[in-house]
Amino acid sequence: MAGSRAKDAKKLALILLFTPFALWITLLILLPHVGMMVLSLKEKVAPRVYEYGFDNYINFAQEPIYWNTLLRTGSVSLLVTLLALLIGFPVAYYIAKIAGNRTKGALFLLCLIPLWVSDLIRAFGWILLLRETGVISSALQASGLIDTPIEFLYNDATVIMGLVYTVVLFMIVPLVSTLDGMDNEMIEAGYNLGGNGFTVLRRIIIPYAMPGIVAGCIVVFMLSAGSYLTPILLGGKNSSWFTEQIYDQFISRYNWESGAAFGFVLLVFTSLVVWLGLKLSGQTLSSTVAKS
Amino acid sequence: MKPIYSTVIACLALGAVGTASAETLRLLTWGSYAPDNLVKMFEEKYPDIDVEVTFSNNEEMIAKLRATGGAGFDLAQPSHDRIYAAQLEYDIYKPLDLSKIDTSNMEAKLLDGVKENTTIDGEVYAVPHQWGTSGLMADKSKAPELAGWGDLCDAKYKGKTSMRLKRTILLGTAFAMGEDPFAAYSDLDKYQGILDKVADKLIACKDNIKAYWKGGDDLSAMMLSGEIVASETWDSTAYKLFAENENIVFVPPSTGALAWIDTFAFPRKGKADDAAYKWINFVLQPENVKLMSASTGAMAAVKGAKDLLPDDKKAAVNAAFSDEDVQNLKFFANIPPGVEDMEGKTLEKIKAATGG
Repeated sequence: MAGSRAKDAKKLALILLFTPFALWITLLILLPHVGMMVLSLKEKVAPRVYEYGFDNYINFAQEPIYWNTLLRTGSVSLLVTLLALLIGFPVAYYIAKIAGNRTKGALFLLCLIPLWVSDLIRAFGWILLLRETGVISSALQASGLIDTPIEFLYNDATVIMGLVYTVVLFMIVPLVSTLDGMDNEMIEAGYNLGGNGFTVLRRIIIPYAMPGIVAGCIVVFMLSAGSYLTPILLGGKNSSWFTEQIYDQFISRYNWESGAAFGFVLLVFTSLVVWLGLKLSGQTLSSTVAKS
Repeated sequence: MKPIYSTVIACLALGAVGTASAETLRLLTWGSYAPDNLVKMFEEKYPDIDVEVTFSNNEEMIAKLRATGGAGFDLAQPSHDRIYAAQLEYDIYKPLDLSKIDTSNMEAKLLDGVKENTTIDGEVYAVPHQWGTSGLMADKSKAPELAGWGDLCDAKYKGKTSMRLKRTILLGTAFAMGEDPFAAYSDLDKYQGILDKVADKLIACKDNIKAYWKGGDDLSAMMLSGEIVASETWDSTAYKLFAENENIVFVPPSTGALAWIDTFAFPRKGKADDAAYKWINFVLQPENVKLMSASTGAMAAVKGAKDLLPDDKKAAVNAAFSDEDVQNLKFFANIPPGVEDMEGKTLEKIKAATGG
């Protein structure tokens, strides 16, 4: 009797714990996506008349502007991910391994502070710094290094920098938590056995940090490919971003059907890139993210 | 067509007691089209009505109403060219009862124009509220000769001009090339031909442009800092800048400034029609028009609207428009179904082109 009651209690706890998650997934993720899927398969033939078909996807495939923008968005996001990893890793390593216990918390907090300000404000911050009459250009002029004002804004480099700044935190956090769990003795043992700094990094630290690296890369890539404000505000006259195309389809062109199709294309594309990345680096989700 | 970047929802707090029984008037309008002082005066006059304001723009207004089939708001203010096709396609508005609106002091030309543009099956769907134009602005001290849309592409001003990559510049450029895009709306093949020519011209022009502006704020910043000397603009933005720097004036293009009229329209499932009629009549009273125009920077669609502008705006309008320019205005024609797609494709082509 007592045993079965304990079992029931356990079952109830499981159900209670699982319900919010299930509701969240169903109501906020699954249902909207099913709706979008249905919408993306509709095609307007006349006012208020719709037909089902794959025309929206065919239109996407036939228009080089669209898939060029998608490829551009993907490759720039990959670059952003790589840069975020290169910048984030040393920072995370310092926080997790080198800094003392007290500074650790302070440093972590410092990394979090930019997140307290909204994306929009951060983008405007960059604009104030980088514009032709902005802080950096004026300072360089005042110091006599340049004669004419320089425009730093409105180019791809600015977009990449802005994106890295926005997302690097999402690389640092998982890296810190993985590296934190690593025993310092493992590194010491590496050196004792005759390894130099590079070997220790390559054969001990990176393999150990892999779950964090993979998790960070996936989050950063997804965030960057799906971001809207930073590329729009910092980008120049030639820099298109795929989310901008989706917005235009929905809002400017009233073409929700094609916008929904674009949304799915982006989802499939980013998932594919993540899958490819895992395959090429010989990792699997279960051996990395799930493990961490 | 007002410089509003993002949708801001301002639920105005009320001093009134016993709001439980009060009726709510939910406005869907442009930023600055429901200034706090007017809302307060309205609520004092009609203590049983609460006003709730959502700021938006043309595209988002229609998207919001389309998402709900016309529910969630009691009064919307899209531009006059966004009524007819939107109604045919999405059925989001309901007809007005003109007998409940005091149209006697409305400017007859604008009223008739809007009625004509928004009549479906004999029913009128909108009346005018505020109107203004899109055209050019220039810093007179640096670009004194700027006169037409095409001058933005003049190599003299290389890297010093801007425009918004939206339909206005397509239409303006078409006029500057001697075409009449509105006349071509009835023959979409012909219109596509015009758009192709416009696209070539604007792609070649890209090198001349510093950046495409996206909202009134970034345009103002570029213009005031002197980073650009001329741009395509809304007149109200130019008037605001005139107040800060008298060299910056609105320039009606030689082919005619493009005029828009923001209207009053009723969402199909609105619940407070009477309150909405009260609001319309309230803001059209001359003393309230003055307050409204001070906030919007645009002219009201009432007789003698120019005299009801605040002094600084009046000076800006006088510096910009001669009577001839007013005669030369080109009112945006109704957008027929399909045109949005064609224009959207053209804009994408221009944005994606690396040339110029």
